[in-house]
Amino acid sequence: MAADKKRYNMRISGLGGQGVVTSAHILGSCMDNAGKFASLVPFFGSEKRMAPVEAYVRASSEPIYEVGEVVYPDIIMIYHSQVVTHGKSYTMPFYTGLKKNSLVIINTGFEVLNEDDKKVLSDLNATVVQFDATALAIKIAGTELATNMAMMGMLLGLTGLVTEAHIEAAVRERFLGNSFVASGGTASLDSAIEKKFKKKEDLLAKNMEVINATFEMAAKIDLNSDELIINIAV
Amino acid sequence: MSIKNMTKEKNWSGQKLVSTDYMLFEAPREKHFMTGSEVTKEAIKRCTVDASVSYPITPQSEAAHLIGELWAEGYVGMYFRGENEFGVMSEVAGCAMAGARTVTTTSGPGTLRAMENFPMWSGTRIPVQLILMARGINSPLTIQPDNLEVTFMLETGCMIWYAENVQELFDMTIAGFTVAEMPDVHVPIVTVVDGFFVSHTRESVMLPPDDIALMPYDPYKAPLPPIDSEMPPGRFLRDPFVMKSNYISYATHASWQWEVRSAVDRSIPYARHYLNGLAHVTGDLDAEIVFVACGTASHQAKEANRELTKLGIKSKVVKLRTIRPFPHAELLEATKSAKHIFVPEFNIVGWLEKEVTQSLYGKSEAKIIGRPRVAGGMSMPVEAILHEVLEHVNEEKGA
Repeated sequence: MAADKKRYNMRISGLGGQGVVTSAHILGSCMDNAGKFASLVPFFGSEKRMAPVEAYVRASSEPIYEVGEVVYPDIIMIYHSQVVTHGKSYTMPFYTGLKKNSLVIINTGFEVLNEDDKKVLSDLNATVVQFDATALAIKIAGTELATNMAMMGMLLGLTGLVTEAHIEAAVRERFLGNSFVASGGTASLDSAIEKKFKKKEDLLAKNMEVINATFEMAAKIDLNSDELIINIAV
Repeated sequence: MSIKNMTKEKNWSGQKLVSTDYMLFEAPREKHFMTGSEVTKEAIKRCTVDASVSYPITPQSEAAHLIGELWAEGYVGMYFRGENEFGVMSEVAGCAMAGARTVTTTSGPGTLRAMENFPMWSGTRIPVQLILMARGINSPLTIQPDNLEVTFMLETGCMIWYAENVQELFDMTIAGFTVAEMPDVHVPIVTVVDGFFVSHTRESVMLPPDDIALMPYDPYKAPLPPIDSEMPPGRFLRDPFVMKSNYISYATHASWQWEVRSAVDRSIPYARHYLNGLAHVTGDLDAEIVFVACGTASHQAKEANRELTKLGIKSKVVKLRTIRPFPHAELLEATKSAKHIFVPEFNIVGWLEKEVTQSLYGKSEAKIIGRPRVAGGMSMPVEAILHEVLEHVNEEKGA
């Protein structure tokens, strides 16, 4: 998986409340801040807590025309093990449509892939990075609500698409800006996470700490290794 | 805030009044990262809008909500929620007949519920703007993007423009009021985008500052005077022809229907100016493979064009920006080189393919292929377009 590829089509699968759409938004903003191109689109359904949620991000160094769901992703991010183990996904199995030589990042504290999954992913020459993003979020930010930051940080650390400064600007814009229009459910989660911190600045700082930690972890990973699964301890 | 606060220089919310040319072409722009719903708010904010009536239906609910915020912030003069879409479209007609610059939004089943009102709008020559965020209309119920509803709108006598992305939605909304309100046009404008694919997709967009706004609408330049205590809605209703059964009544109806359609055609020079052309062409100009599309289908076609270029196959994309008036001249010119015309669509009936076929009948030798066609909210992956094209190209070369 080459990090300088011109175009990334990402599919992010997770559960309602994990911040899938929020992090997709921040990912798009990062690219935009970096002077690159991005478009993002959430799956259109009746999202609710713990129900499947998907968002799609296209990122590129050239203009993007395509819209809609990413049917043939080259990056898949799984925010919750139940996406794999319970089939909580709009695309079953979760790797449907995955292109060759692709990257899969899974948030899990245990081995989620069965032998069949491994065979398919191995035949596609995919690289699977597994780490417990939720544990990392709790360890550093004191809340599982920062899981999405850990996942996003890992992705950006591995791909080198943008710098940490671009990310910080995007996170700041999302939580401290006033231009973002959130739906009812997202707005209530926003207020829940804001209450966990004395100031919004603290929230921003903790999110950035999580992201920085994942950047450090990502720096030690060799995506060109022959391993199918790279497990990273948190 | 009141209309009484309006001066020659500023509108009631204190925004400096500017021409549409300044707003669209001259004002400095800054980059933002927004959804189609959010950009709808930004466009309406800059249009000195007198009235808006709303009713929630996915995927346009957010846009309707945000126009309501503009009312709360003092930018929109009047805002209320109708009892259903039929009520909404009737109420916006009332606002417009009384001389208000009026906007509303709807989607799919809402559009069909309100249907009787659209030919009434054009018949009473009101320049209402409807921002239509297309959604499936079939049963089982769906909220997904599918633009079948547009086929029902084609013969209502309204102008229909189709925006490809968030940027075009912004620019078209502003141009829409201006062209619709031209005294020699003065018909409703339906600005269509594909629901979700534009309404909920976040992308970068260039916006002029928000302390400027369009000049107010002048209803006294309208072909039918605004209603007051002396003037009934659509002046001819004072003595309704529907009550009569004689040749004059038939002739009046017939000539008025022609007049409404002529008014739509008279929008062409204005639309060419404010939209920078009724059709946009990208790709290899001499290509034999031509995609004709509107809305996000042209997005997908542009990606296909990029992929075909990598394979050494020439193609071009003709994006139709207005559907009513239909850009016959532009389409004919842009498809001169064509041997294969592909019309990718997000609906099952292929209404655009029918329009293209009818327009080119007897004028083009090209084979018109109404594929790929997806429906029910499906995505149209570039791979599907490439598959259609390669299948046709290889078929003709033989096994």
